[in-house]
Amino acid sequence: MISIQSVSKSFGAGDRTTLALDAVSLEVASGEIFGVVGQSGAGKSTLIRTVNLLERPDSGTVFVDGVDLLALNRSQLRSTRQGIGMIFQHFNLLSSRTVQGNVELALEVIGTDARERKSRAAEILDLVGLTPKAQAYPSQLSGGQKQRVGIARALATRPKVLLSDEATSALDPETTGSILELLRTINAELGLTVLLITHEMDVVKTVCDSAALLEHGRIVETGKLVDLISTPGSRLARDLFPLGSVDVRPGTTVIDITFSGGTADRPVIAQLARDHQLDVSILGAAIETIGGSQAGRTRLELPGDAAVHTAVISDLRAQGLLVEIVGGVAA
Amino acid sequence: MIDTASPTFWTELFQVVLIGLGQTLYMVGFALLFTIIVGLPLGILLVGTERGGLFSNLFGSRAVGRIVNRVLDFIVNLGRSVPFIILMIAIIPFTRLVVGTFIGPTAAIVPLSLVAIPFFARMVEIAIKEVDPGLTEAADSLGASRWQIVSKILVPEALPSMFLGLATTVTSIINFSAMVGTVAGGGLGDVAIRYGYQRFSTPHIVVVIIVIFVLVMILQGIATYFAKRFARTASGSDGSTAASRKFIRDTAISE
Repeated sequence: MISIQSVSKSFGAGDRTTLALDAVSLEVASGEIFGVVGQSGAGKSTLIRTVNLLERPDSGTVFVDGVDLLALNRSQLRSTRQGIGMIFQHFNLLSSRTVQGNVELALEVIGTDARERKSRAAEILDLVGLTPKAQAYPSQLSGGQKQRVGIARALATRPKVLLSDEATSALDPETTGSILELLRTINAELGLTVLLITHEMDVVKTVCDSAALLEHGRIVETGKLVDLISTPGSRLARDLFPLGSVDVRPGTTVIDITFSGGTADRPVIAQLARDHQLDVSILGAAIETIGGSQAGRTRLELPGDAAVHTAVISDLRAQGLLVEIVGGVAA
Repeated sequence: MIDTASPTFWTELFQVVLIGLGQTLYMVGFALLFTIIVGLPLGILLVGTERGGLFSNLFGSRAVGRIVNRVLDFIVNLGRSVPFIILMIAIIPFTRLVVGTFIGPTAAIVPLSLVAIPFFARMVEIAIKEVDPGLTEAADSLGASRWQIVSKILVPEALPSMFLGLATTVTSIINFSAMVGTVAGGGLGDVAIRYGYQRFSTPHIVVVIIVIFVLVMILQGIATYFAKRFARTASGSDGSTAASRKFIRDTAISE
């Protein structure tokens, strides 16, 4: 649905040029929720803004739903943008209009007549759960309600794609959860493709099907979450299951085992203790539902000598588990 | 010299002041009308043709946008820096061309408008610059045209500030309208000069001052009322002011 090919963008001139995007390529499949994660300054905002050309890249191509955006003239671009909704961190609602007025703005832009505007606004406000607030002004709403208005405005014209620019970053965790749930719902009900950027790994964990890690304007890693967690050395996977730092005691080996799909519900550790007579200690564990399936990571400390450890590790790997050696005698 | 003890003094005074007030309202009213008609688009163009603005790419050319911006800026600065009394005399040929004469309240509308237009244009410029750029961005993402952005976003959102700017503008038009009395422009200024100054009638001066003061108070009150009516951000829209949002944006340009 969205295809970005080696897009570069720099800001400033002369010596003070900063390269915000460095040959970034990204593929977002139709109907999925795709999250781009990165720290502030990584170029996330610039990246998402190139998708509707709020930011025009210096080079590269941007295709949305098969349309080459960079080849469009001004009025063609305007009508293409009407098929790409966008929501913002600071909501960007008109303070002079009511909730309904803000939603109707999107329809006024495309020239919908007054009666249809009203019925469509009512319909979409119902979807986001804001019908009772239709006549309120943004200043009378909470942050979560404002973002619901933003979502309603973005969806009013029935776009195929929704861009979310840090839409939950100004909200508290609970409100973030409800907004993400709403995104999930509209993604499922309307078949909407969602591209979101965030600096919160939790957002990716909660709603995304696929993710990409952006660092210094470059995509470091990208893929479906279910694939990423079984990829050795994946930084996204490590961030999805943070197990913290570890002190490896002498004479032991510390390993991380990642469970996903079919291996998640097997009694791996009990088996390990039984087969190898090892007193395994669990140093940390994290279990999440990712992309609809259970996945988790466990950090174990193995006592004893290196030979046994090597045998254990190869045994675990033979069972189809992803094992990473954190440190210790077998490292 | 006027005889303040004359039994008809006060009725005559009120008659004269009433005519003067009528002329002032006429001059100020029309000058204000032209000021809004010309000043509003001028102010919008001033902001829009700035670098990165809505009309920076005027007629498909950045150079045109830049030139228009420079020219408008120059005209506005010129209009604002020339003292009114000099401007009024300097444009007499132009006034004559437009109105046919340079004497009387109708002729006074020309210099009054000319001095108020740049003033109001700056007010409009400031008001529009206060509008959160995020709103323009949101409208852009909805596929809005430039005209839609101006008419549906910038003007409605800047309306409260513009009303306050308008109040300041009216006050200065009234202020300047008194000055046209010096060149037989009529109005309250004319009353004050002819009766108060030339014929030493203190009551005339005092009454004129009171009438003008009350007039300004009423207009200011009306403007403030409208500014409040159109401002829906009494409690601060989302906890951050436009200025702080701008700061946040500016410090995060690379994002």
